[in-house]
Amino acid sequence: MLALVSALSVAVGAKSIPPQVLADALLHYRPDDADHLVIHTLRLPRTAVGLLVGAALGVAGAVMQGLTRNALADPGLLGINAGAALLLVIGISVFGITGLTGYVWFGFAGAAITALIVYGIGALGRDRATPVKLALSGAAVSAALASVTTAIVLTDSDAFDRMRLWQVGSLAGRDAALAGQALPFLIVGAIVAIPCGRLLNALALGDDVARALGQRIGAARAIGALCVVVLCGTATALAGPVAFVGLTVPHVARMLTGPDYRWILPYSAVLAPTLLLAADVLGRVVARPGEIQVGIVTAVIGAPVFVALVRRRDLAEL
Amino acid sequence: MTTALRQTRAEITRVRRSGSIRTVVVSSVLAAVAAVLFCLALSTGAFQIPIAGVLDTLLGQGTRRDTFVIMDVRLPRVLVALLAGAAFGLSGALFQSLVHNPLASPDVIGVTMGASAAAVTCTVVLGVVGAAVSAGAFAGALATAALIYLLAWRRGVSGYRLVLVGIGVGAVLSSIVSYLMSRADVTSAQQALVWLTGSLNARSYEHVWPLLTGVAVLLPAALLLARGLRVLGFGDETARGLGARVETLRLSILVTGVALAAFATAAAGPVPFVAFVAGPIARRLVGERTLALIPAALVGAVVMVASDLVAQRLLGDRALPVGVVTGAVGAPFLLWQLASANREGRGG
Repeated sequence: MLALVSALSVAVGAKSIPPQVLADALLHYRPDDADHLVIHTLRLPRTAVGLLVGAALGVAGAVMQGLTRNALADPGLLGINAGAALLLVIGISVFGITGLTGYVWFGFAGAAITALIVYGIGALGRDRATPVKLALSGAAVSAALASVTTAIVLTDSDAFDRMRLWQVGSLAGRDAALAGQALPFLIVGAIVAIPCGRLLNALALGDDVARALGQRIGAARAIGALCVVVLCGTATALAGPVAFVGLTVPHVARMLTGPDYRWILPYSAVLAPTLLLAADVLGRVVARPGEIQVGIVTAVIGAPVFVALVRRRDLAEL
Repeated sequence: MTTALRQTRAEITRVRRSGSIRTVVVSSVLAAVAAVLFCLALSTGAFQIPIAGVLDTLLGQGTRRDTFVIMDVRLPRVLVALLAGAAFGLSGALFQSLVHNPLASPDVIGVTMGASAAAVTCTVVLGVVGAAVSAGAFAGALATAALIYLLAWRRGVSGYRLVLVGIGVGAVLSSIVSYLMSRADVTSAQQALVWLTGSLNARSYEHVWPLLTGVAVLLPAALLLARGLRVLGFGDETARGLGARVETLRLSILVTGVALAAFATAAAGPVPFVAFVAGPIARRLVGERTLALIPAALVGAVVMVASDLVAQRLLGDRALPVGVVTGAVGAPFLLWQLASANREGRGG
């Protein structure tokens, strides 16, 4: 599936390029041919970015859902994207950063701070962080951060111009160098996250059982949270805020594999880029010759899943 | 009747009476503050007019120059601020008491986001300006609320499902807004952004009249529904036992709240957090157990007029949209409210 969608992502675009030329471009690249140039400088990097961002969001979503035992966890809905966006705007407007390496650090900081605030607020009180409390905290913190972001952006039209293009969540116009810069962060995040399956399985049984099984809960939570922040921060800096991928994909993975996180995590890592690239291709096809950014398409696909989850009997904790 | 029972009765009456006296006192004070701010807002500006001059002008005895500045330029703006603030405050209080959650104001659950999406569509895609944008925003808010209600319906609508569905719908609408903004050229996008932040610039009587009509109809409606709201507060089972038609009641309260938010948003844009802060502040002033609908409306009006004064004066000659100020004040309040609600176990 993933290979098929990747192929589609390379093949489909605003300019239609016949399959023979496509194969030719991949096997015998000639920089003087316009079609070959499009494929090598635009479509291949875009597909690579889609693969990376998708995998990061899928794994981060799965880790988040396991960590908080929360069926509604998603980097977008829990306000992490809004936090990354705010610090990015501060970075652009106050420190004048432009490149991705700058974006990434601000994205991290924003994601980390917001994650702490949202979880901190959600976890106050007797029954700790229930899905409903976390979702409400996330929405509220998002609203608060977004209004600060708007205030900054209104007084700085240059930052606004750059911000509004980043804000939608898109894979367009990211070149190979960007993907290369983001790669180390994502690899580290994934290497730590994928083997967390056992930890998450233990946490899923409840804190007491996990402790009895010899897991150090505090350490497990800290490692998991760090992965989420690294993965979400990088993905958000790379593609902008893409919501609902981290929410939807782990649920699909769970349907395929059952409740074992040792399987859910790798499945999510494969399914999420499939969804993201499919959404990206769809966005390019339906709005020809323009395109609808991938963040919009995933929102339109993901929201019904969210609503369905909310409508389910009792918002079952995972 | 035993003595104990009689004593309890007397106690209840006493508490009730002191509660309502407190409500009346608080409301009067709030109304006085609103009146002072109202005059202050009319008197200050690029061109200062003393308060005495303001009062004279309002009574129809001002100089021609004062009359022009106050009646034609400032009054519509201040009236929109006052009325929209009141409508937001009342709407927020209705939502919050209905769902029993201080976080369930129309701006948090996506109703005003519907208005925004519709308004941005009008500005950016259709290229219309002025009253048509307000009309679009009004329709957008109502349509979004209807959608949220239908999606949350499952043999009745529970509070939390409504809030969470609202958050989901709001997320989609906000990504549509971002998309439209990214498509537009930078000037019209910035215009749309000012509207999205909530602004009172260049308001005229064409904004005032629909809003005034809306508030005049919906305020009494809200007060009539207050009794039903109190009954729902006991929980659905008890309310049914007391003979209330729970779903009809809930739907009419929702419609009233949404319509208030829609009128306010159509006139002033989706000013953030006014609907959200008014209810909790009002309840804190008059006592936690009351519904405090009138005080909430007054708090909303005071917050709105005061924020607009600050927004116009804050950076000297560069006036900010009012929403920037309410956002900056409302956001920390929201976090604090969230924290204390969760600590007391009311957050979910």
